[in-house]
Amino acid sequence: MKLLLTGARIIDPAQNIDSRMDIFLEDGKIAKTGTNLSKLTKSKDSEEITKIIDLAGMIIVPGLIDMHTHLREPGFEYKETIASGAAAAVAGGFTSIACMPNTNPVNDNRSITEFIRRKATEAALANVYPIGAISKKSEGSQLTEFWDLKEAGIAALSDDGKPVMDAALMRRAMEYAYSLQLPVISHCEDTNLSANGLMNEGYYSTILGLNGIPGIAEEAMVARDILIADFTKTAVHIAHVSTAGSVHLIRDAKKRGLKVTAETAPHYFTLTDEDLQSYDTNFKVNPPLRSKQDVAAIKEGLADGTIDVIACDHAPHGRTDKEVEFEYAANGISGLETSLSLSLNLIGGKTLSWPELIAKMSLNPARVLKLPKGTLEKGTDANITIIDPLLKWTVDVQAFRSRGKNSPFHGRQMQGKAVMTIVGGEIKYDGR
Amino acid sequence: MKFEKKDILGIKDLSVDEINLILETAESFLEISTRKIKKVPTLRGKTIINLFYEASTRTRTSFEIAGKRLSADTINISASTSSVVKGETLIDTARNLEAMNPDVIVLRHSAAGAPHLLASLVKQSIINAGDGAHEHPTQALLDMMTIKEHKGKIAGLKVAIIGDIEHSRVARSNIYGLTKMGANVVLAGPATMLPYDIEQMGVKVFTRLDDAITNADVVMMLRIQLERQKQSIFPSLREYSQHYCLNRNNIKLAKKDVIVMHPGPINRGVEISPDIADDPSYSVILDQVNKGVAVRMALLYLLTGGSE
Repeated sequence: MKLLLTGARIIDPAQNIDSRMDIFLEDGKIAKTGTNLSKLTKSKDSEEITKIIDLAGMIIVPGLIDMHTHLREPGFEYKETIASGAAAAVAGGFTSIACMPNTNPVNDNRSITEFIRRKATEAALANVYPIGAISKKSEGSQLTEFWDLKEAGIAALSDDGKPVMDAALMRRAMEYAYSLQLPVISHCEDTNLSANGLMNEGYYSTILGLNGIPGIAEEAMVARDILIADFTKTAVHIAHVSTAGSVHLIRDAKKRGLKVTAETAPHYFTLTDEDLQSYDTNFKVNPPLRSKQDVAAIKEGLADGTIDVIACDHAPHGRTDKEVEFEYAANGISGLETSLSLSLNLIGGKTLSWPELIAKMSLNPARVLKLPKGTLEKGTDANITIIDPLLKWTVDVQAFRSRGKNSPFHGRQMQGKAVMTIVGGEIKYDGR
Repeated sequence: MKFEKKDILGIKDLSVDEINLILETAESFLEISTRKIKKVPTLRGKTIINLFYEASTRTRTSFEIAGKRLSADTINISASTSSVVKGETLIDTARNLEAMNPDVIVLRHSAAGAPHLLASLVKQSIINAGDGAHEHPTQALLDMMTIKEHKGKIAGLKVAIIGDIEHSRVARSNIYGLTKMGANVVLAGPATMLPYDIEQMGVKVFTRLDDAITNADVVMMLRIQLERQKQSIFPSLREYSQHYCLNRNNIKLAKKDVIVMHPGPINRGVEISPDIADDPSYSVILDQVNKGVAVRMALLYLLTGGSE
């Protein structure tokens, strides 16, 4: 199929493009970008019909990539499946997603990786990149077979959700993975400091009588992993940064030239621990929502490049996981279908420019995961997201493609939304 | 004044006027408990369910007596929180109880916020009888009533609350109530028992008992839960009692007419020496229990439309 998208503003941070242009897609690849491409179709396009889509007022960006999702399959299909998660991804504007290994069984061997890839191929929606476990069953004691997992198709390694407490094991993992060019994604949490914690430790945990998770539970591990990366001359990617202290540590590491990258999630620059006062379990997430000061620091970190990536930590849950007492509720937010719109607020709020934001949601995660994606360069896969920057809409969890209806943003007014998602040259979502 | 609240979830949500109305109503009910026939027909035909997910003797009995003295039908349910793992959820239990049309549900639960969850689901009035380390509003109301009776006022008094503030719902409710009513509230306990940024609640914080109780009008001792020792929040009961036990010596630092309170159950010799706990010139501990019935009668009355 051939597609010609006309009349939109094209933003491609990789090529420093931000202008009104047409883009021509052929055989699943980006064939040409330029002005007045409609003449080109008339002359060259004798035998095949080109579908022309007028996108005046829209913004075309490289297909968005969310490098931190939980697709729950195998094991927790009532929360999400690979197919429903991929459907949520394209509806949220994401052409590629990476999924964490904390399924049941854990993605710690080739057969699970291959299963996830097969399910993703069958779903034929977004590109799905499995992330393999660092340790067997993510138990933190024995390394998985990194080499075998890489050959099976993992994009990175992580024990997300079950942080590697053993510093020696983390050191070995980072060394071995680096030699294989595999990124290591660290969920930074000292589980002794966070034990029994339910929310950020501060004034609001005090008045709500909920056990606190101190910011230092995250920061101590960020510091540890930076030290390991420095000493072993390897790289680490810090997942879901939530505190001002972590931002400072990462900023300092980058200044010293260390190979440290970082991501944050929309809820960490949108919500605070103050929002937990109703004990609404949809606000329960790990790491927890932090203070106003932390939110300000996260925004600064995004603005100055300390935080490279926005990834929503999509964590879908069933009703039974959330409709319980706060203490017993599962952590997580179903985020894929609100992530882009929440992130667009960073442009309105003057934290980021359009190209900066798009880079953090496409080019930068592609670089962290070493994927040849996140750009509209000629010859690359035709993964494209089309955004209507002015579209006003209201979040309705019942309309989510995701099985996880757990969102603290239900009912919130939004502006800006992905209205079309093209994966490999095919339209996988059209919400116009 | 008409009482407008549907539920009593915490002192945080009550205005000074509402607290005063509750205390005045409670005072008018005190006398009923001294009669030969301790029963009035006020709440005849009303049904009150005491739903207790946590062990309690004092509070549950107090609610039951309060309901019965007003002629309400009271039902006690002792549930185990283990049922969250196996069996019915709080939400399902609540919906089943709702279907039986009670008028008030009194809930005690180990999870902070459980009464808020219940209140959002059912149309009946909910009274929080203690939720985790969050609030215990009826305890704070009976404490304020006791203080008012002995001191004639609350405003301007120095009230020292001593012990494990971090895990205490009694402390939080009293801090809200007493500061609203104009008292000067000071806290003391080992640093490990003082929750983060507690000063922002409008209290002064000390780590030594003596600093907090000096010139105090009221000293409120909190129960030390022995199992907390495992969490390393204090090294040993021996060391705790050497430094935080209210006794004949340190009580002299307080005002001469100081009253000593304790929400119970007391650990004799740990946070309070037996001769202070039993000395009627200081201790108002049993008086607190007495006021508890009146306060709970007042709340049941006000929530079921008694002020109309």
